[in-house]
Amino acid sequence: MKFIKFLIVGIFFGIILVKSEAVSWYRIFEMFKFQSFHMYGIIGSAVGLGILSIYLIKKTGVKSIEGKDIKIPSKNKSFKNYLFGGILFGFGWALAGACPGPMYILLGTGVFSMLIVIASATLGTFVYGLLRDKLPH
Amino acid sequence: MEYILNPWPWYVSGPLITLIMVILILFGKNFGMSSNLRTLCTIGGGDKYADFFKINWKSYSWNLVVALGAILGGFIATQYLSNGAPIDLSVETIKDLNTLGFSNAGKNLLPPEIYSWDAILSLKGMSILIIAGFLVGFGARYAGGCTSGHAISGLSNLQMPSLIAVIGFFIGGLVMTHFIIPLIF
Repeated sequence: MKFIKFLIVGIFFGIILVKSEAVSWYRIFEMFKFQSFHMYGIIGSAVGLGILSIYLIKKTGVKSIEGKDIKIPSKNKSFKNYLFGGILFGFGWALAGACPGPMYILLGTGVFSMLIVIASATLGTFVYGLLRDKLPH
Repeated sequence: MEYILNPWPWYVSGPLITLIMVILILFGKNFGMSSNLRTLCTIGGGDKYADFFKINWKSYSWNLVVALGAILGGFIATQYLSNGAPIDLSVETIKDLNTLGFSNAGKNLLPPEIYSWDAILSLKGMSILIIAGFLVGFGARYAGGCTSGHAISGLSNLQMPSLIAVIGFFIGGLVMTHFIIPLIF
């Protein structure tokens, strides 16, 4: 069962995000109001330690568990899609109070109305796929 | 046990999120939750409508398993690892929310004013969830990633595109929170 390890990672991810309250609409609102350090502490410490971790992974040349070289794909060098897409995402993130990870997690906490958000997020992704060639990137 | 049942402070949660990212990298994968939405579109037949969905979804199925685990994790955390402590929001946040008509801020993870069936079964309530979800799905793919892919993984890998995307997330989030939410509620 090669999938078991991913299931366990997902379970940990869900537990961490609930216990950190990062899945809470209120915490996102508070963050965008700059009224608490909590979310900035979470993201800041995750990124700070993440920079160190990826630096060490690259420097030591550690292999993946399948024995392959670790490749972290770099993103395309463009500008407009990141900014415009980011802004639209930000609107949705602040209104729903949930980004894609928390959407799944909140469903698990028993908020079944989240299925509406997940369905419309899937629709949004689909519409992006249809319009992709017409949008500035 | 008390430490587990209480909400976890940021300096525990943040490093644990890094650990999730590192484990996925060591598994030869990358941390990014919104790409699952693209995979779902492909499974649903989206490849017949746009080349963007012509991907071999099986090579992304590991990530759907992570999402499935996340659902289970959400269940486990609320059922067995929580003591129902309210969210310790700042006094100003609670006051601001009260002004907007949100009562009992922080009692649950989500405001019943948006997520309860009473709220949803109105044109306004249903529109809010549909529009918010649509923007998250459309914006994440347009930007090439969401909070996990850009704000955590991308910034950790010092990628300029991710910094631009995260600045975009904040422009959108700030405008929504400071100007649009007060108009809606």
